[in-house]
Amino acid sequence: MSIIVENLTHIYNPNSPFETTALKDVSFQIEKGDFIGLIGHTGSGKSTLIQHLNGLLKASSGKIYVNDFEITKKDVKLREIRQKVGLVFQYPEHQLFEETIYKDVAFGPINLGLSQEEADQRVREAIQLVGLSFEDVKERSPFELSGGQRRRVAIAGVVAMRPEVLILDEPTAGLDPKGRDEILDQIKNLHNRYKMTVVLVSHSMEDIARLVDKIIVMHKGTVALQGTPREVFQHVELLESIGLAIPQITYLMRKLKAMGKPIRDDVLTIEEAKSEIINWLRRK
Amino acid sequence: MLRDITIGQYYPQESVIHRLDPRVKILATFVYIVSLFLVKNFTAYGYILLFLGFSILLSKVPFSYIVRGLKPLFLIIILTFGINIFMTKGEVIYQLGPLDVTKEGIRQAVFMGARLILLIIGTSLLTLTTSPIQLTDGIEKLLNPFRRFGMPAHELAMMMTIALRFIPTLLEETDKIMKAQMARGADFESGNIINRAKSLVPLLVPLFISAFRRADELAMAMEARCYRGGENRTRMKELSLHGRDLVASLITLLMLMIVILDRFIM
Amino acid sequence: MEKIIEIKDLVYEYRNEENEGVAALKEVSLQVKEGEFLVVIGHNGSGKSTMAKHMNGLLLPSGGKVYVNGLDTADEKNTWAIRQTAGMVFQNPDNQIVATIVEEDVAFGPENLGIEPKEIRNRVDNALKAVGMEPFRKKGPHLLSGGQKQRIAIAGVIAMKPKCIILDEPTAMLDPSGRREVMETIRQLNREEGITIVHITHFMDEAVQADRVIVMETGNIVLEGTPKEVFQQVEILKQLGLDVPQVTELAFQLKNSGFNLSQEILTVDEMVVHLCQLL
Repeated sequence: MSIIVENLTHIYNPNSPFETTALKDVSFQIEKGDFIGLIGHTGSGKSTLIQHLNGLLKASSGKIYVNDFEITKKDVKLREIRQKVGLVFQYPEHQLFEETIYKDVAFGPINLGLSQEEADQRVREAIQLVGLSFEDVKERSPFELSGGQRRRVAIAGVVAMRPEVLILDEPTAGLDPKGRDEILDQIKNLHNRYKMTVVLVSHSMEDIARLVDKIIVMHKGTVALQGTPREVFQHVELLESIGLAIPQITYLMRKLKAMGKPIRDDVLTIEEAKSEIINWLRRK
Repeated sequence: MLRDITIGQYYPQESVIHRLDPRVKILATFVYIVSLFLVKNFTAYGYILLFLGFSILLSKVPFSYIVRGLKPLFLIIILTFGINIFMTKGEVIYQLGPLDVTKEGIRQAVFMGARLILLIIGTSLLTLTTSPIQLTDGIEKLLNPFRRFGMPAHELAMMMTIALRFIPTLLEETDKIMKAQMARGADFESGNIINRAKSLVPLLVPLFISAFRRADELAMAMEARCYRGGENRTRMKELSLHGRDLVASLITLLMLMIVILDRFIM
Repeated sequence: MEKIIEIKDLVYEYRNEENEGVAALKEVSLQVKEGEFLVVIGHNGSGKSTMAKHMNGLLLPSGGKVYVNGLDTADEKNTWAIRQTAGMVFQNPDNQIVATIVEEDVAFGPENLGIEPKEIRNRVDNALKAVGMEPFRKKGPHLLSGGQKQRIAIAGVIAMKPKCIILDEPTAMLDPSGRREVMETIRQLNREEGITIVHITHFMDEAVQADRVIVMETGNIVLEGTPKEVFQQVEILKQLGLDVPQVTELAFQLKNSGFNLSQEILTVDEMVVHLCQLL
């Protein structure tokens, strides 16, 4: 198991009039090398949850294990957690601050206390992993780049810490479709080539359906649903009642099936829908 | 954590004091401060205390809430008290190592401490009962006559409004950037002063960049909404004086007169 | 129908860091009819935002002309009348709210226009009602969600009684429910108040709701028509790096596989109808 979360509860401002329970008895497991989609309405507890996985927030109760290492133990060093779990926040390009892209990406590795050569090696690798040319960009200022490229540099800053688990909070927010596809392709690539466990927070059900192995649905601080996309997207009423949706193509197939057409309705992508519909039409 | 700070904390309540014209409240607070500094004996403090107590009662702001505002300034109050008690020369009544406690010192310490506490409570009553927007409106109107001497009254008020508007936004942003840098292994909490100051760079640079970007976009948005400075601008809520404002002004002046009489005549 | 905005051969050039002239818009011509719901799509840097800023005089043409309600934007006398006629809403909900209280912010525009206090009060109340935000009138803007903040920004424009609202990616930073709120608000303003809408977006489901869609690329308008006409061009849109609705793409692929399926499909229901006709 890559991540085990056991009965995790988090209460903000405990024992005050502002006390709110953001996470209530959350438990789930993530297999090593899985690509996980984390979905939920704003305020469902998603971002509180991911901040726990990285040690930025302390659990009120419950335990979290990352690769058999308990990160909720009292005497755990934050540095150890950060080597295991990398967290990319929303609009990560807003945290860039160095004069050169090289220095900015090296910030994380150097904070980990790595040697100059080791850090250098990782920076090189990370910049290339996000699809930028190291030699072209290393001496440039991050502020000269386009929005999508800046975001990739910011992601490289976390990748350079070589985490075993990479968590990304809406990495495509505000990008145009092209920028979005580029970022998602890089993430997919990281997952495929380096067997990195990835947790992707996203509002786009189309992207989730296309990319992930397993979905965790959060609602009001609890896990409302989990399973493969095929399983989860069957629960349309439940998802809609908590402000979520399913991909348009899945809606189409469900509608056809509801009309009595002999067709599978747990379809996730256009390609699947196409072959399913062609089979149906040909059978006629 | 940063969001716990409240600046210009306003206590919403329906009361005569809340309804007073902000200009009257600002001027009354000014008069009150002047009176405090005119006082040289404890009886005059009594008059001022009476005035303050009466205002607090009318404002319906819980006394405990007002006292809570003293907490962050506790250190300054203690310091004032301490300095006065040990630094005033006179009849020694107690010795504390190399320090002398004098009779005059105690009197002076109590006197200065009381002045400071009254000053803080009085001014915080202004911010507790006046919303930031009324406060800026009041300041703008009061400064208006000085415009002919080049005082940018409208601009100052607009700056205050925007600052107040963006304080929560920037605090939230600070929190976000801090967390993002901590996720990259930044450490804001340990090390000596120099290291800590250095560790702020990854926080401050993005914060400044963001503040400039916001300023730029806000300026564009304001222009798009036909903002062109204070010229020919009207206000939705015009300030207007009522009977209660007159009464409040008279009471304040009465207090000032009594304090002046006490100081110069009696 | 009257045209509310007319753009003729608009060229806009700016100097980049190396001091070279760069054309962000190359002889763009466009007419926006009164009461129309126009959506502009195109990827970042295609010139959509630059064009939008010409529509209320925030930018002035390097060449060509822009008329708003018959007024030339290049003439300084017209600036304020133009900005009052064509209001603008921007991407970041946080960076366009000026005041610390919702209703004070909505009043900001009318106050700048020098309108009488009583009338401002009226307009503010009506504008807040129009966007469904009157229960929040005394709240601080920092306590609102992104979608609510954008509705306040829209109310701030409505209070100036514009004929046209230009929205520059108002939904880009919102979550799905915020996006829905904003889209419902602008559709309603368009339908019920007859306000002309120019809406810039990356989201194809929003473009589908328009009367007319234009697609921009490197400073030119490359496609134009009703959503059905534009989204039929699946190949061109893909080449430009833009999305099409999933069902539209499915229809396109089925046609390529030899099925005689209409290409004018934008919604699930249309797809169902057309598929059943195939049998």
